Amino acid sequence: MSTSTTARAVVDGPVGVEFRSKHRVPIVVAISLGFLAIVMFFVVAAPFLVPNATEQDILSSLLPPGTPGHPLGTDELGRDILALTIAGATSALVGPCIVAVGSMLIGVLLGTVAGYERGWVDFLVSRWTDLLLALPVLLAAIVVAGVFGGGYWTTTLLLIVLFSPSDIRIVRAGVLEQSARPYIEAAQMLSLSRWRVMFRHILPNVSTLVITNAMLNVAFAIVAFSSLSFLGVGVPAGTADWGRQLTDARSIMFDNPAAAIVPALLIIAVACAVNLVGDWLGQRLTRTGGVA
Amino acid sequence: MLAVRVLGMLAILLVLSFIVFSMMYLAPGDLVKTLLGNRPASPEAVAAIREQYHLDDPFLVQYFTWLGGVLTGDLGESIRLQVPVADAIASRLPVTLALCAVAFVLALAVSIPLGVASAVHAGRPVDRVGSALGIVGLSAPTFAVGLLLLYVFAYYVPIFPVYGAGDGGLDTLYHLVLPGITLALGLGAIVLKLTRTALLRELDADYVTSARARGIDDRVVHRLALRNALIPIVTGASLVLTFLVGGTVLAETTFALPGIGLLLQDSVLFKDIAVVQALTLLIAVAIAVIALLADLAYLLLDPRVRAKGVPA
Repeated sequence: MSTSTTARAVVDGPVGVEFRSKHRVPIVVAISLGFLAIVMFFVVAAPFLVPNATEQDILSSLLPPGTPGHPLGTDELGRDILALTIAGATSALVGPCIVAVGSMLIGVLLGTVAGYERGWVDFLVSRWTDLLLALPVLLAAIVVAGVFGGGYWTTTLLLIVLFSPSDIRIVRAGVLEQSARPYIEAAQMLSLSRWRVMFRHILPNVSTLVITNAMLNVAFAIVAFSSLSFLGVGVPAGTADWGRQLTDARSIMFDNPAAAIVPALLIIAVACAVNLVGDWLGQRLTRTGGVA
Repeated sequence: MLAVRVLGMLAILLVLSFIVFSMMYLAPGDLVKTLLGNRPASPEAVAAIREQYHLDDPFLVQYFTWLGGVLTGDLGESIRLQVPVADAIASRLPVTLALCAVAFVLALAVSIPLGVASAVHAGRPVDRVGSALGIVGLSAPTFAVGLLLLYVFAYYVPIFPVYGAGDGGLDTLYHLVLPGITLALGLGAIVLKLTRTALLRELDADYVTSARARGIDDRVVHRLALRNALIPIVTGASLVLTFLVGGTVLAETTFALPGIGLLLQDSVLFKDIAVVQALTLLIAVAIAVIALLADLAYLLLDPRVRAKGVPA
């Protein structure tokens, strides 16, 4: 299944803005960063701003947008759409970031060891990634989360496992490439411990790849999380979550269109912003040749 | 090399079948209770069910019984639908295949020409439009796009049907327009990016410079470069497939299309284990076979590879 990683590298590869100026932040990226900052603010502030977002109030159900006190209206359970949407920012971003970091850590550990030590460790790790890469992430997540009962943290753990093969592959390939270089030979001649060679000498040189991939994984994870919630296998019913909101809003689309449109646009906007920032970061880092 | 590829594929499928089976075995919930539903659970009925589904056999025996059934075409019975799993899948398959076909045609018809134009005019407006579409297509979840389309077309411009699969033939095709567009956006974005990247690389190659220096018409040069760029594009097939599997489930759920994706979602939520097992394996087999076909397509596309044999 080596084809899928090459293809992924081609798709994710830094292409496109080569012709732009070197030091200026492109306007689209600046807007994305600003937008993400606002969303992050709501992630932090949601518990104080809208502590009762999921509280139901049947008496004021299905109010249209523009009702005084409910600028985006309410859903059929009388939950305020604006409050629910603000509260949903948390579950839209926190899980995906944990997934990206978690799968990055697994990738760094297993990828470095497999790429440097080779032998049976490499064999086992490579077959494991082969197997996982043969599965479409979303399909595997639907089946496992659906059968064992999802929940937010189960989903997070599951996605960490399912996202890790791409990180492992990327780190392993980078480490393999670095291991052949003279500075590693020099480090080995000084009889430095293998852990020191792996994590102090090789790792900094592959960190660019690792960070870029983690950024793109955040975007993929946002989509995966909200898709699972939309299908009803992610967060439990009644949680403030954009994907969940879309499922609930399908039946009241004509009573209160904002209930579906606002979270839908937000998911798209956040995923686009993360992707744009990730692409840009990837290009910056490749050009300057590393972060350290 | 081909034999090694096929054997590796079969090994992965075998391991996968074991994982899928053990997962369902470990899944919480009592099969007997689900099967009996509201009927009284007399000891005889429970015993009969345990007997019929081999529930008292050791785990490995159960696995091999199931695997033997799968290999001889007996996929078991759907608890939810009360029909053989094979029938349930067969009745849903045409809608899904039609949906994928519509999405594929739409995606290729737009993304290949746009990808070529983006690469040829890199940095110009058409390229900007292309990369904007690409970013949105890659980032936007299928269901969010689907719901927005559904709203616009159901409310403001009611020209397309928004629910169900229609009554077959042209009517079904008509019903598949919106889900098709939804799915095509993500697919097209992948193909667009692959096309642009691959073609940019080719246009940089020496043979292009030399062809241009000889005054060969630009269109001929582009065609030459595109033929060479086709290989990395086809390699992307597995990426496209991975997207397609998840995307189909989401698109079918959004537009209430009775296809494989909706069947999978319903079966997962109902814990209709036989169906979930069969579908998971079916999809894994389909992916493995198409990935293999994509590799074989190299042979058609590139005489150089044909001389050396199939890539492992």
